[in-house]
Amino acid sequence: MIRMTTTPPDDSGATPPVAAGPDPVEGTATTGQSDRAQYGVCAFLALVGGLVIVDAARTGHAISAADPIGPKPVPILLGVLLLVVAAIYAVDVARGGAGEPEAGEDVDLSSPIDWRTVLLLIGAFLVNAVLIDRLGWVISGTLLFWGSAFALGNRHHVRNLLIAVALSLITFYTFAIGLGVNLPAGVLQGIL
Amino acid sequence: MDNLGNLLDGFANVLTPMNLLIALLGVTIGTAVGVLPGIGPAMTVALLLPVTYGMEPAQAFIMFAGIFYGGMYGGSTTSILLNTPGESSSVITAIEGNRMAKAGRAAQALATAAIGSFVAGTIATLLLVVVTPPVVRFAVSLGAPDYFALMLLSFVAVTAVLGASRVRGFAALLIGLVIGTIGIDSVSGQQRLTLGVPQLADGIDVVVVAVGVFAVGEALWIAAHLRRRAAEVIPVGRPWMGRQDWQRSWKPWLRGTAYGFPFGALPAGGAEIPTFLSYATEKKLTKHPEEFGRGAIEGVAGPEAANNASAAGTLVPMLAIGLPTNATAAVMLAAFQQYGIQPGPLLFERESGLVWTLIASLFVGNLLLLVLNLPLAPAWARLLRIPRPYLYAGILFFASMGAYAVNAQPFDLFLLLVLGLLGFAMRRFGLPILPLIVGVVLGSRAELQGRRALQLSGGELTGLIGGWVSWTVYAVILVMLFWPLLGRFVIRPVRERLVNP
Repeated sequence: MIRMTTTPPDDSGATPPVAAGPDPVEGTATTGQSDRAQYGVCAFLALVGGLVIVDAARTGHAISAADPIGPKPVPILLGVLLLVVAAIYAVDVARGGAGEPEAGEDVDLSSPIDWRTVLLLIGAFLVNAVLIDRLGWVISGTLLFWGSAFALGNRHHVRNLLIAVALSLITFYTFAIGLGVNLPAGVLQGIL
Repeated sequence: MDNLGNLLDGFANVLTPMNLLIALLGVTIGTAVGVLPGIGPAMTVALLLPVTYGMEPAQAFIMFAGIFYGGMYGGSTTSILLNTPGESSSVITAIEGNRMAKAGRAAQALATAAIGSFVAGTIATLLLVVVTPPVVRFAVSLGAPDYFALMLLSFVAVTAVLGASRVRGFAALLIGLVIGTIGIDSVSGQQRLTLGVPQLADGIDVVVVAVGVFAVGEALWIAAHLRRRAAEVIPVGRPWMGRQDWQRSWKPWLRGTAYGFPFGALPAGGAEIPTFLSYATEKKLTKHPEEFGRGAIEGVAGPEAANNASAAGTLVPMLAIGLPTNATAAVMLAAFQQYGIQPGPLLFERESGLVWTLIASLFVGNLLLLVLNLPLAPAWARLLRIPRPYLYAGILFFASMGAYAVNAQPFDLFLLLVLGLLGFAMRRFGLPILPLIVGVVLGSRAELQGRRALQLSGGELTGLIGGWVSWTVYAVILVMLFWPLLGRFVIRPVRERLVNP
């Protein structure tokens, strides 16, 4: 989805302006406090830039008549640009610049980041990634959907399980069997 | 009129019972998914890619055309009935549309959006048919330096012109370009940034990147800030318009189309500026100025037509030159590559049948959408009430399925999570997503063209400057880069006057 970049010409306030309102976690420049976590982004960009340059330095020389510049210059250029952008970014943050967190239909930016939900979702996601080849999509996908619904606060465990199983079975039969998409049957091979 | 013959052949391909069914399926699921809150057109296309994996290219393209327009239309339904739109192109539609809905005129707002989208989509697709062949003829004459310059233009345009903060845009672009560099260099065969991981040798699939930053990133971001009280959905019956609504709508539709198509076709156009211009124009020309801000139908008809026309416009550079100018086009480009099809001027020579089938199915999809949406609007409105845990659990579910299905390796799921966390962080810190996607999609091609240009000149940097085309493009890039100086003193005051009259 594209980030909302214009402020809508809205005068009723029905669309909450993104940067408005005091926000304990995402204090923006408008609240008078700079968003210090942004320095982490600068550090990340600089780190990636450094990594790209180091990797390019280790790439073998492979210059030929058909390729006069070889595989090195482009990554080195990207790495240098990343370092430059990281520096400019840091200056921007120091001068009080802040990016607007993305808004959306279901996004309530006045609440702090709910890390518990996010970590539980990541957990459900990883369970699927680890188990998909061993147990097959029907089981791992069920766990993924059920776990995600649980993480997002739905407590109808039995109903969720039924929905999860139904979704996994429907997708498996439509995509893997019907359309020939790669989805593993896993331990249920021969049963499904 | 060779092209007319080609187009008729395209229609002949689409109008078989099987293909019509696929087109109908495409617009239906495109709309259904696009209506869901939190899912914009780009994510709709990315999430629905796996649906087309088992199909023939022609059928897959017919389906894409349906998903493309369906997703666009679904987004406008959401913004009218829910307000707070997720994508910038629907922001303007939401202003008057949501007021109309609140004032009990949801049916008329949806009707003018649906019929306006149809009118704009049909005219814009006709313009696409007329404009694309000359652009292709022009593009065939371009050499490697010109392509390199055009791709640089694309990078600078999505980064510097769209979006609020340039440094954040460039940061996103560079991350995308680095992701695009990962894998074996196609010219020299050397591994770059693979960190010794064998699965990275083939590079990261664009589909995995798109699904990761759009779907997983979005789902995690929304989960972190989930509104515990469900947003209010305005109930709606079957859309219809009275005689007066028609009288007040048809001119804004045409004007919106006139704004939307050219902006969409430009490398830096997008839908944001034309919808804004259309709104400002309608506000100025209306005979009912008192209704603006309280639900004026012109304020829905114009911007919605502009939005759809610009979507069709983006297909011109995408098909003719291979340059995506918005996120949806970038994901579509990735989908084409999935089929081993490289959009660009040669596409019209090599895969002529396929392209004209795609264009014909745009017309068909547009018509089906109108037929479908007027009676089905109440059903779409009900989709907006889907419990949020199911919605976002479902997004993660389908995202995982789609990403796994690309290469059938669990490694891609870990990659998907890393990219999802990247998308999460970008949303948190206000880094735009579009430059990243364009960087991934175009990065390696830009490098290839640049190196080809240098090969012709024997490594001299002058090889990057070809004929007058690249000169012109570099001049445009410079103007864009120095635009803020102009913007600070000219554009911004004007814009503010428009926003706060």
